[in-house]
Order: sequence, then structure tokens, then C-alpha cells
Amino acid sequence: MSNEHLMLSQISIEFPTPTGPFKALDNINLNIAKGEFVSLIGHSGCGKSTVLNIVAGLYQATTGGVILDGREVNEPGPERAVVFQNHSLLPWLSAYQNVELAVKQVFKKKKTKAEMVEWIEHNLSLVHMDHAMHKRPDEISGGMKQRVGIARALAMEPKVMLMDEPFGALDALTRAHMQDSLIEIQARLNNTVIMITHDVDEAVLLSDRIVMMTNGPAATIGEILQVELPRPRNRVQLADNPKYNHYRAEVLKFLYERQHRPEASEAKKKTAQNRVSVMGKSKAA
Amino acid sequence: MKLVKLMEPVMTTQAIKTSGLTPVKILNKLSCYVKEQVENFNPQQMLKSILVPGIAFIVFLLIWGGAASQVQTSLGTLPGPIQVWQQAMVLVDEHNEERIKQVHFHERQDIRNAKKLAENPDAEIKTRPYTGKATFFDQIWTSLITVATGFLIASLIAIPVGIICGLSPLIYSALNPLIQIFKPVSPLAWLPIVTIIVSAVYVSEDPVFSKSYLTSAITVTLCCLWPTIINTTVGVSNISKDLLNVSQVLRLGWWTKVYKIVIPSSIPMMFAGLRVSLGIGWMVLIAAEMLAQNPGLGKFVWDEFQNGSSNSLARIMVAVFAIGLVGFMLDRIMLVVQKRVSWDKSAVLR
Repeated sequence: MSNEHLMLSQISIEFPTPTGPFKALDNINLNIAKGEFVSLIGHSGCGKSTVLNIVAGLYQATTGGVILDGREVNEPGPERAVVFQNHSLLPWLSAYQNVELAVKQVFKKKKTKAEMVEWIEHNLSLVHMDHAMHKRPDEISGGMKQRVGIARALAMEPKVMLMDEPFGALDALTRAHMQDSLIEIQARLNNTVIMITHDVDEAVLLSDRIVMMTNGPAATIGEILQVELPRPRNRVQLADNPKYNHYRAEVLKFLYERQHRPEASEAKKKTAQNRVSVMGKSKAA
Repeated sequence: MKLVKLMEPVMTTQAIKTSGLTPVKILNKLSCYVKEQVENFNPQQMLKSILVPGIAFIVFLLIWGGAASQVQTSLGTLPGPIQVWQQAMVLVDEHNEERIKQVHFHERQDIRNAKKLAENPDAEIKTRPYTGKATFFDQIWTSLITVATGFLIASLIAIPVGIICGLSPLIYSALNPLIQIFKPVSPLAWLPIVTIIVSAVYVSEDPVFSKSYLTSAITVTLCCLWPTIINTTVGVSNISKDLLNVSQVLRLGWWTKVYKIVIPSSIPMMFAGLRVSLGIGWMVLIAAEMLAQNPGLGKFVWDEFQNGSSNSLARIMVAVFAIGLVGFMLDRIMLVVQKRVSWDKSAVLR
């Protein structure tokens, strides 16, 4: 087991609420190999983002922990770059400057100035943003912003790339473009990726493995699906592929039959979540 | 309003950018502006931007003139717009006369010194500064310097304190009660304390600053700290959580985080606070100068009040308008500075 790249072992997390601790995640175990693309899928509010935030080091697990290349993860760091759902670019910096901020921080003494410039431009061209790299986020479209977000993460040369619903806020066509771009980048760089998604097609198209999560509270891993489709994958060819459709059906079945929730439990869940978010806010304030 | 808004970049950027603010330059800019206006003449906009405020102002003057003549005071009838205008002109004349006197004084002094040197090359020559009476415009200048000092000190303290309070809930909860207690304190309550402390601490044979200047400036500081602290705190604590997560993932150092993320994103709130602070500072200054006898506008008002001549009320009203106009101008200057430093050039500032 020790030769695994990234290990999530027996993770559970509790958030304090006025009515006692709320257990969001319970006993999450997952090993990820180097270069593997893993999707986390589940109904909203099941704790997918919480898992990602624990791996990123933004949250601390109550029990269990994350081990990356034999070292425990305790705090955020650039070797676990995050692509945030709403791009999270600094609005006062251009695309180039946003990537530069990351590059300067990560390669402070390792790269010369010229090398840094080259590296920044290289990463921006990987995501096809070289034509607009001196534009500010408010001057480019949502898809382009997310491209810059991905370039920023790639530029950190992370051991693991964490993507939190990276294309969730985009329209369907842009999303397809972005997925194709990601496939292309993945073919070149073969990064280790954990991606959260709501989108069954996206999960099957991109992943080596799909981790399906049960509903919370105390959400855990329900099933893991190995996607054995040959790469490079092409969405048009796969549309007729019986294997592809089989995988899709598997995920759909899990989400809508096995994890289908009656309304009552949904409402209960919501109040629990609200409590958590209220606590989170008061903590933040 | 529109006119002023359009003129403001002309006047205020000039004031900031060049220390050598010559009348010629201002005239040049103004004529450029007028040319532009004539070229882009738009009757409807003209109506809205000049005519409507103009009519409102004339109505105001008429009501004032009518009402003032009904009020009898110990110093005669309350002055109307015409008397106030006359007194404003008198103040301008007095200023010009003083300036001429000053020039003559220096001429005489130079001639005297030249003569002395001609008689005896080793003679000790003395150059004395002109010590004529401060005119109304000298007093406006003194007030501006004083308020600028107080406001600058306050900003240098308040912005860092606000940033720290915004970043650390612990420090915020420690300082918040103090801020809330001191915030509503009137300048008139601070002034005696400040006066006595300045007299006790600032003892010097050859003082660079007069005590009244220090007292007034420090009182201004004490009153205009709070809005900046509070607004900066709110601005900093409302920074998007995502951006802070980015800073954590990148492991930005504290300073980098403050420079790259905290300050840019809290600039709008910071400036909202600074503008309120400067407004308060200017109001406070007038009161502080009255009591501290700092030779500024406050002292002018107080002296005229004590003087009690038939012209005093009109002269005080000139001061009222001057105070209002200067306050307005200061706010516009802040707006221009904000536009300069703000990253979001498209944001509508008012």
C-alpha cells in the first residue's frame, strides 16, 4: 500500500453545530495512483467538496488523514493545486499576472526570470489562452476564465490537481470544449487529478475511475466504477459505444435508484446543512 | 453637478500631479475644457447639467435674500447674497493689498541690506520674514495644511489597524469595543486633553510647529480615525473566501497576501471610509481651530464673531461658503485618487 501516490485513509469529519457535532463524512478510504484521473460524483450536499477540501488541506479531517507520497497533508500547498468552481482569479490582475503570481510563488528560486516568463506563456498556451493573456478576468468569458484557472493550477506543477466542479458554471457547449481541452492536456501531461462533478457524461468521458458517494449525513464512498475505455477518447465516437453507455447507466442507477432520497429525508438533510453553513458563517465572522 | 463633475478631473488631477500649479496652466486646461464643451454641445444635456442646478441655486439665493432681510440682529439686518458677495470681494481685495505690502516690505529690506553691504562688506545682514496680518486666503491655506496633517496621520494609523482587524477576528474583538466607544466622542471633548498634552510634551526653544497647529491636527486625527478603521475592517473581512483559499493554496506570505489580495479587494470600502473621515476631519477642524486659535478658517469665524462689526455676519457667511466649497473639493480629490488606485475602472464612483 505504501507505494500508492495519494492515500485517503479512514477520513471522517464533523462540523460543530449548536445542536452538537454534525458528521458530514464517514470512513472515506481511497487510494489513487500516479497519473490517475478520478471523479467524485454524488448528489449535491453529499460532501464531495468537503473531501476535496480535506485533500487540499483547507479543512482538517476529524479522524483519519491524507497521505501524499508518504507525507501527511496538514495544510494547503501548491503541490495540491486547486481549480475552483468559480475560477477564483484575482480580478485586478490579467490572466498572465494571475498565473505569474502562482509561478513566482512556486518557482521562487528554481527558475530564472526568463524561464518563468516562458513557463507562464507555455501554460497559457496549453489552455489556448495565449491570445488573451493580457486581458483581465472581467474582459474574458466564463470558459476563458476557467481556462486561466486551469493554467494557473498546471503552472504550479502539482503532484495532484484538485478540480472542484470546474465546468459546473459553464454552458453545455463551452463545457464540452473545456472537457476536450482537459482530455488533450491530460494526454500530454498525465497529471493525477481528482475532479468533482455533477455530470455523469463528464465523469465517464474523463475518468479512469468514478467514485460514487452516498448521501449524507455521514456520507461515504458507495461504489467505485473502473472506466476501461481506451484513450484518447472522443465524445462523438463514444456516444454509440455500448461500453460507454453501460458505464453511464451504472452511474445513473447508483445516483437515481440506490441513492434516491424521499422528500422527507431531503428536508431533514437541508436543515442539517443550513446549521452547518450558519456555523461556518459565524466562525468566519 | 455635471459641470462640477466634468471640471473636477481638470482641477484636481492638476492639483495632485503638479506642485507647480500656475494660473496659466489652469487657464489652459479650462479653455481646453470649454472648447470641448462647445464642440460637444448637446442642448438636452446642457439643460440637465447646468440649467437645472443653476435655477435651483437662483431660487435658493432669492429665498435667502428675501428671508434674511426680515431678520434683525444686534449686528443689523442678516446679510443677504449681495452683502456676502461684497464682503467676499473685500476679502479678496484685502488679500491683494497684503500681498502688495509684502512685496514692498521685501523690496525695502533688500535695498536696506544692499546699502549696508555697500558701506561695509562684512556687515551682518538680517532677513526678516514678513509678519503682516493673515488674510482670508492664508487662513484657508492654514486650514488645509492642518486638516491634511491630521488626516494623513489618521490614515497612516487607521488603514493598517483596519487591515489587521479585518484579517484577525481575535484582534477585531479586542479592539472593537474601544473603537465603538471613541468613535462618537466630540472633537470638543478631545480638544482640552490634546491641548494640555501638547503643552506638556511639546516643549521646545525653537518650535517648528506652533502648538495650536499641533493641537488642531491631532484633534482632527482623533476624530477621523474611526470611519477609516471601521470601513477598512469591513472591507477586509468581506474578501471573497475563494481568493483567500487561493492565497492559502499558493502559500502566499503575509505581506504578499496583503499586497496582492487584501488591499486591492478592499480598496472601495477603504476609500468609502477615507472619504467619510476626511469630511469629518474638515468639520472637526473648524471647531478645533476656533478653540485652539490655530490661524485657519475656524479662527477667522471666531474672530469675526468676537469683532461684531456690521460686516461680521456677512464675512462669516463667506467663510461658510468657503468651508463648504473646500470640503466639496476635498471629497472630489479623494474620488480622483480612488479612481487612480482602484483596479476596477468601470465601477461607478460617486
